[in-house]
Amino acid sequence: MIIETLQAVMIKNSIITAFVFVAVVMWVSYWLSDKLTRGHVHGSAIAIALGLLIAYVGGAFTGGSKGIADIPVLTGVGILGGAMFRDFAIVATAFGADLDSIYKAGWVGAMSVILGVVISFIVGVVVAVLFGYKDAVSISTIGAGAATYIVGPVTGTALGAQSDVIALSVAAGLVKSVLVMIGTPFVAKSVGLDNPLSAMIYGGLMGTTSGVAGGLAATDPKLVPYGAMTATFYTGVGCLLAPSLLFMVVRFFTG
Amino acid sequence: MIVYGVGILAFCMLTGMFVGDLLGQIIGVKANVGGVGIAMLMLIVLSSLSSKKVQLGQLTQHGITFWSAMYIPIVIAMASRQNVVAAVSSGWLAVIAGVGAVALSFALIPVFTKLAQRSQQNQSEATEP
Repeated sequence: MIIETLQAVMIKNSIITAFVFVAVVMWVSYWLSDKLTRGHVHGSAIAIALGLLIAYVGGAFTGGSKGIADIPVLTGVGILGGAMFRDFAIVATAFGADLDSIYKAGWVGAMSVILGVVISFIVGVVVAVLFGYKDAVSISTIGAGAATYIVGPVTGTALGAQSDVIALSVAAGLVKSVLVMIGTPFVAKSVGLDNPLSAMIYGGLMGTTSGVAGGLAATDPKLVPYGAMTATFYTGVGCLLAPSLLFMVVRFFTG
Repeated sequence: MIVYGVGILAFCMLTGMFVGDLLGQIIGVKANVGGVGIAMLMLIVLSSLSSKKVQLGQLTQHGITFWSAMYIPIVIAMASRQNVVAAVSSGWLAVIAGVGAVALSFALIPVFTKLAQRSQQNQSEATEP
């Protein structure tokens, strides 16, 4: 009776439950950061890694696609971590950001978005060809998936790709976003990711909004507005270029 | 009042999303083009104005900075709802494509940063008498 009532309360107040969930994950992570790494690995980096681990356990347990949020008592985590709240919080980080650095790096940011889409697309295309794909539609869809897990299916649908190829393109995008979340704090120093200019370039090259949001949160939250600013244009540019210009280039080479 | 700040933030986001969706429709893609970026620009312009002409009240600012502080908790919730199982068990093609794209992009950050700094220097030298 106690368990059923508790479950019912948690489900009924799903977002409130999510607040408790996140607070506990953060508390554990900052404690681990302090005790195990003496603050060398940032608490938020541990929290994001822990979140991904929890998502894996949730996904393996339920067989669903929304990580831990597929467990009924934790559906609120799915809402709190969904696009609506994520974008709301990202916009809020812009408050107090330096307009001057964004203005100065504006065209650099724009260039890095276009180059970022093209570079990831090329990597995806090369891998698809190495794995034996020969038709322009499949190759382009996988290339688009290497951009983000939204560009992949949008491109695949537009070009009429088979559903297994579309699923592959989503998977490639997911790998990218998870890797960016975990990897960014570790490589930040060696690639000079410590100022607004390089953060804008980073956001433009990586493009995955969730990856960039998580990666910068774990590295230096002050850089979030600059990276997120360019990253939010990436998916749109990708959906524009991949099924049109980039597909035509691929078709030219595949004949 | 704190809710004024929250309202301003929400208004910026809705406006940005609206413009981003319209942009997407105009260029014919099924995606929002830079909606969040446009909303951020609106908020940055507003906050830089606030130091000169329009002064946002302390409490109003709290309504915005609260959500800024909620950013990391929300990102952790976001991490917890990712389809990590699909990412991990997707087979070699997806893993190699994803890892390759990330590795190459990381490697290019310092290159582009250097190029950008050089051209910014050139620009400022050109504009000086």
